[in-house]
Formats: sequence, C-alpha cells, structure tokens
Amino acid sequence: MNRFHQIVEFVNDLDKRWVFLVVGLAVVTSTIFRLTFPEIPTPMVRSVYEKVESLPEGSRVILPFDYDPASEPELQPMANAFVRLCAERNLKMYFIALWPLGQNMVAGVIDDILQTEYPHLEYGRDYMDFGYKSGNEGVVAVILTDIKKLYTTDAHGTAIDSIPMMAGVRNIRGFDLILTVSAGYPGLKEWIQYAGTPGNIPVAGGCTAVQAPLLYPYYPDQLVGLMGGIKAAAEFEALVAEAYPKFQEDKDRFLTALVRMGPQTVTHLAIIFFIVLGNITFQILRRKRQQEALKR
Amino acid sequence: MKRTIPLAITAIVGAVLVIAYFIPHPPFDGLREDFSIFFDIMATFAFILGGGNLIKMHGNRISRREEGWFFSLVTIVGFLLVLLVGLTKFGNPDGFRGSSVTASGSYFDHVYEYIFRPCGATMFALLAFYVASASFRAFRARNAEASILLLVAFIILLGRTFVGALLTSWLPDSLRFLTIPYLAEKIMVVLNFAGNRAIMIGIALGIVSTSLKVIIGIDRSYLGSD
Amino acid sequence: MRRQPARSPGCLDRHCLPSPTGYRSGRCGGPAALLPLLVLTIWALAGAGLARAQAGASDVSAGDTPSDRGESITVSWEPAPGDRLVDGTVTGYRILRSRSPEGPFEAIGQASPGAARYDDADVENGIDYFYRVETLSLEGAVRSPVIGPAVAQAQWINTNQWNVFVVLVLLLGFNIYYIESIRAGQKPFIRKIAGLEAVNEAVGRATEMGRPILFVPGIQDMNDIQTVAGITILGHIARTVAEYDSQLVVPTSRALVMTTARETVREAYLSVGRPDSYDENNIYYVTDEQFGYVAGVNGYMVRNKPATCFYMGAFFAESLILAETSNSIGAIQVAGTAMPAQLPFFVAACDYTLIGEELFAASAYLSGEPKQLGSIKGQDVGKFLGMVSIVLGVALLTLASVVGWEPLVQAAEFVREFWSTELA
Repeated sequence: MNRFHQIVEFVNDLDKRWVFLVVGLAVVTSTIFRLTFPEIPTPMVRSVYEKVESLPEGSRVILPFDYDPASEPELQPMANAFVRLCAERNLKMYFIALWPLGQNMVAGVIDDILQTEYPHLEYGRDYMDFGYKSGNEGVVAVILTDIKKLYTTDAHGTAIDSIPMMAGVRNIRGFDLILTVSAGYPGLKEWIQYAGTPGNIPVAGGCTAVQAPLLYPYYPDQLVGLMGGIKAAAEFEALVAEAYPKFQEDKDRFLTALVRMGPQTVTHLAIIFFIVLGNITFQILRRKRQQEALKR
Repeated sequence: MKRTIPLAITAIVGAVLVIAYFIPHPPFDGLREDFSIFFDIMATFAFILGGGNLIKMHGNRISRREEGWFFSLVTIVGFLLVLLVGLTKFGNPDGFRGSSVTASGSYFDHVYEYIFRPCGATMFALLAFYVASASFRAFRARNAEASILLLVAFIILLGRTFVGALLTSWLPDSLRFLTIPYLAEKIMVVLNFAGNRAIMIGIALGIVSTSLKVIIGIDRSYLGSD
Repeated sequence: MRRQPARSPGCLDRHCLPSPTGYRSGRCGGPAALLPLLVLTIWALAGAGLARAQAGASDVSAGDTPSDRGESITVSWEPAPGDRLVDGTVTGYRILRSRSPEGPFEAIGQASPGAARYDDADVENGIDYFYRVETLSLEGAVRSPVIGPAVAQAQWINTNQWNVFVVLVLLLGFNIYYIESIRAGQKPFIRKIAGLEAVNEAVGRATEMGRPILFVPGIQDMNDIQTVAGITILGHIARTVAEYDSQLVVPTSRALVMTTARETVREAYLSVGRPDSYDENNIYYVTDEQFGYVAGVNGYMVRNKPATCFYMGAFFAESLILAETSNSIGAIQVAGTAMPAQLPFFVAACDYTLIGEELFAASAYLSGEPKQLGSIKGQDVGKFLGMVSIVLGVALLTLASVVGWEPLVQAAEFVREFWSTELA
C-alpha cells in the first residue's frame, strides 16, 4: 500500500476525537469572532409571530415552560422573545411548568426580563406564575376544566383567589393562546392533545430542533405555528426586532439566538466538511478494492 | 393468585378508563385525571424506593472497595447533601417557613445554578459532537439509498443555515424551486411530514394493539410470564 | 332533554334599545321599531360601506356545549360584515353575561376577529345565563340583543367521539378474529424483523466474550406504553440470557421501572430453571434526571464495556449519546423506540433498529404465541383501513377539484373527520 492510500485509510477510519476537536474549534472560534448572519423568517415562524401580534391587548396567554437547564441554551432565546413580545403587546401572561426545573426557567424570565425591562408590569395583574405541578399531561387535562382543582396557590404560595388576573378565570378554555417552550415530554404535543384540540384553544410554540419533525404533522390544523431550535428563534427575533426597533440596539441582550446562530452555522459547515471527506475517502478505497479484485 | 389479582386490576381499570373516554358525565369525566394523580402519588413514594436503592447499591460498593468506589462516594455525598439542603431550606432569605425550596439566594438555588445547570447543559452539548461523529460514519454513499440519504442530509444541513440561502441566491425567481432553503423546507414539510405521519399511524395502532393485549390479559410478559 | 339554543333575530341592538331588557321584547317587530328601521334604511342608502362597518355580529345563539361534562355554554354568531381579512374594521368580539335578562351584564371574555364562537366555561350546571355579543370595531361597539336563557348540563354520551368508538370496536374485533383463526390452526405470515432475529446472536456474542449485556428500558415511567413494551422484550431477552448463563445489567431512570424489571427478570430466570443466577443488584435505579442518567449509563459502558446493548423504550435527546458511546466500545446495538424524532439517531448509530410499531410487535414476535401473533394481524388490518382511507380521501378531493362537485368534497371531509379525534 502506498503512502497516499495509507493517508486515505487513516482519514476514512478517522478517530472520532479528531472530529470532536474540529467541532470544538468551530464552536469556539465562531463564538470568539462573534459571527452573525441575517435570517429570513419561514412561514411557520411568521405564523407564531403574527398570531401573538393579532391578539387584542389584555388577551390571556398561557406560557408553559417545559424545559430544563440542559436545553436552556437552545430554548432560552425563544422563551425570552416570546415574553418580550407578550409584554410589548400588553397581554396577560400566565406561566406554568410541567417540568420540575421549568419553574426555575420561569423565575429566570420574570427576574431578567419582566422585572428588569418592564418594571411597569405588575405581578398578579399583568403576569403570574402557577409554578410546577407533577402529573404531566394529567395537569393539562385538569386545568382545561378546573384550574383550582390543582392550583390553590401560585408558585409563591399566594392564594389563587387573591390574584387579580385570576378573577373570573376558572379554567384555561377561555384563554386566547397557548404559547409553549418545550424540550420533550411532557411538552408541546401534550398541550396540543390535552388542551389545544379538546379545548379549542390556539396553540403555538417552540421546541428543540430534534423534536420539531415530530410536531410538524400538527401544523397548521392543531398548531398555529412551530419554531424548531435556535434557527427559528433567530428568525422570530428578526421579526420582533423589525417591529420593535429598540431590540436592535443591544444584540447580546435582545438577539441572543441570532448571535448563537453563528456557531451553529460554522458547526454545520464542519459537519458537511467531514461528510464530504468521508465520502471521498470511501470512494477512493472502494475503487482500489474493486481494482484489486479485478487483478485477482 | 399472585398474577390473577394484578391481571384483574389491569383489566378492570383499563376497561373503565376506555369506557370513561366516551362518557363526559360525572363521575366518569374526572377518572382519567384521578388515575393520573394516583399514579403520581405512587411514583412519589417510589422516589423513596429509588433513593433507598441508590444508597444501598453505592454503599455496598464503598464497603467492598469495588473498582470506582470513589465515584459511589461522590454520588452518596451529593445525594444526601442536596436532600439536606432542600429539606432544611438552608440559606433561604425568608427562613424555613413561608418560602419556596428554590427561592433565589438559597443554597438549593446555588446548587442548581452553579452545579446542576452547567452539568446539564454540558451533557446536552455533547450531542453536537456525537452528531458530527455519527454523520461522518453513517453518511457514506454505499448504495443508491445511502446516496439519497446523503443528498437529503446535505440539503437540510445547508438549508438550516444562512449559507444555504447564500449558495443559491444567484438563481432567478423562476428557478426558486431549486434554491436550498426552498428544497430544505419542502423536504421537511412534504417528505418528512408524510414519512412521520406513516410512522405515527403505525405507532398509534401499535399502542392500541399493545394496550388491548395488556387489558385483555393476552400479553402478560410485563408480569414476568407469557 | 337538551335545550335548544336561544337565537337572536339578527337585528342591531342599538336600534332595539332603549328597551330596558332588549330581550326579545318584540320592539324590533312592533310599531315602535319603525323609527330605527327608518334610520337603518337611511344608513343603507347613505353608504353601504358605513353601514357595513357599523353592523355587529348577527344570528347570535347560546346553548349548552354538547358532549361535555356541562359547565360550559357555547355562544356563537355570524361575524359582522366589517369582519374581513382585508380592510376589516372589526377588532374583536366581547362576550357579556348576566344571570338575569335585565342585566347587569359583565364582560367575561373576548374573541379575535374572524371568530364565530366562544365557549364560556365559567358557568354552573342548571342555572340560567343570558348573553350579549359586543362587536368591537374602529367605528365603535355594537351590542347584540340579549340571548338566553342558556343552561349548561352534563351529557352521558360524548357523541363527538363516535368515530373513535367505531375504530376501537373494529380493531378489537379484528384482533379477536385473528387470534381465534390462528388458534384454529391458520398459519400467519409475519415478516422477519432483523433486530429481533439478532437477539440470540447478540446474547451469544456477549457470553463468548465474557462481557455483560446492557438493557436500557428508556427514560419514561411505567405509565408509558413504550416502557411496558420495553419491559416485555426484556422478559424475553432475560430468558435467553438465563439460558446462556450470561450477565444482564438494567440501569433504570425510574424506581417503578426498576421494581417491574426486577420482577420480570426474576420470573424469566425462574422459568428456565436458573433462579440462583438471578442477581437483583444488576437491576438498579440511577436517577430520574435525564442527563444524570445518561452520564451514569455511559460511565458503566466505558468502565465495563458490555458486548451487547439493547435500547427498548421511550428515548429523547440521550439516544445518540448512548448509542455513540456504546459504538465507541464496539458493542452490538439493538434499539427500538416509538419516538419518531429519535429514530434517525438510532438508525445511524445502531446495528439494528425496531422502528415504531415493530417495538410493540416485538413481544408477540419473540413469544410466537398464537394469541399475540393474532394481535399483530389485527393491527395490520387497522393499518390497511388507514391506507384505504388516505387513498380514498386523496382520490375524492382530486376528483372534486376536476369536476367541481361539492358532495365529493363533503365525502372527503367525512373520511378525514372519521380519523380525527378533534372535538366538533
């Protein structure tokens, strides 16, 4: 075997640690050099945005945050964008979590966004947090008919009846939108199946990119719009920033998905590079083997 | 008897819940939620079982000085420490009463913020590396089917980034159907939809069939017998 | 008996007022209605656009929401003429409710432009409620007459789900038919499932290498049917492992799954006469936390290098992390899941993958029992019905688009509705 074929063999069976190294470098360098690219919103993302924009002021929106720290890097930008848009539109936000750690995610957006950027919005009047309840889709099915059957207090232990924005709210049937951020089970699918469809409530939301293909079949009948992963979040941010130019001022704060798309794009290119490389070496070696077989 | 009773419970509960699906009138309307809550109560008690098993198993490893016993020690110490911090609400700004376990500034919150959160995100981030290594190994044009798979992977990968749009931006409007973002969207929305729906129909029927087998008592292997 | 929904005469309330009740007072039809009618006529003549803009929702009705547990009243209406997608002036509909036709009416909710119904789920059964729909537009608000009384009540049968009942009966019927016919001696054709054919080979390899076999039953609890399917497969694998006298390790992420798996494996060892080989410490709980569990299982793989890894159950993002790690230690991998999003990862990284329904068919396939095989055939008939419906629906709609015959569209819609669980 000549030297060329030795190299080809080496590349063909490349130790996966080399792949890891290149992917690592791709992420690190693109993060350091802060590469960003423009985003063109796709119809599914646009539908989510337009649905929120079409809601009259004071409409009730339930925001289930069904994710945890593991998927936070991918889902937090869209959660932030949802909350900002709802706050801009003066919609009443009801946060809820079916994942134990989802309540921490809710606490995060309340602290970092609502209390910091929208201090005029008041807890209990403009937004409230139901907190976490175990029971997965069971919780969704119950609150569709009777919220107080499960929730007598909010996440902070305040009696539900004493919260102004809960006055006259018995269940979520009268809500105008379910806007979820979901990383798996229970998540968007359960909100569609146990609340959106039986309760005739519009459902829109975002999920991890891996989960998105599973949810496409629900669009557009049972799902107003769907946002898969960081790319969709970046497109959503682009739409929000276009309508509310103040968000264009501080990219690091308001357009985090757009900033994170840089490393994703470069990593995709690195993966494409490896796929091309693997195929070239594979074809060279296959041809060599065929020639050797012919000689024999 | 040991199997008859569980089988009878399964059959009765299963049948009642199936019937309840078609009866919206009380008391049938709330049965599904009630059973779901019963399950949660049982699962909560099972936490004790799980915790007990964790301590027993790792305790044995430590006492026998088995290989990697040090990791078992870390596990037990971590488990007990977080349990203690959570139960006692150490460091909670409002004290033991009247405040949430996860109140901002509590030790539990610190554990979550500075240990749990970065560890979880790190594990999830591993996916990026594994996707790359799996793609390198799996996407080889070995035959016609594999070549199609490779082509589709290429279009989707490029279509999910700005580069896809850039590469085919020179195409005139009349050839828009050849642009990578358009192709990527069509693959996801048409081909992927169709394939996913077919799989989901099969899965739904499989679930119905398996559930019927379990309710009727045809499949008892989950009880340890055929 | 279900009450008929109360229905309004489609007149504009502002012209029915100032009746204190406005409630079917007959003012619209009586001589006193002449003046408003005159005003209406003048408006109509003055400009159709203006009249359109100021007309409210018409044909308002309110009645018990059908096929539910009660506690809900559906208010429906014909959207106002100004409620259009392009150049529309309507900004929404406000629903007002009262316990008395005289009022006072309080706003209970709002519907978006384009909406034609509102479900008031904040009502008690057996009590009279009265409604008004206020059309909100750029020109101002227009109230409908008072509608009612409407009473909510619970129903015994959910007629919306008749199609689900029919499908269920059909599937059950086919299952029983095929079970009986196979029992009677009919030989069913079941295609080979490579992943399950490989079980013996995979267990044998681990035995030869003197390494353990790892079984991961997904990360969901026992209330997930995929976990149940995984545990049934575990029972069959455990029997093979017991026969080969190899070592089977099952780390679980749920305590209840651990208990069930222990019982299943113990019974399997017992059934092949090797109860002494069973070690319950090999089936243990790791953690409920997804990635904590993955870290624990990966650690086991790297340290103990199992020769064979089975993944059977519900998986999420951890699927690829598990499969790639066991690939790196050279283990044979057989996966099975009904999570469509994870299937591509398993297909790319594992040697064999049971796709969706194959996971549920595995138990029957491995047992070879007539009763269980019959259920696979029943499942296939269900799939065939689905396929016929899809082809029929597509054909009907295609034909309708060519000949433009409305009944064809309705027939296609019926086929679609038949498979839909959406409540009407």
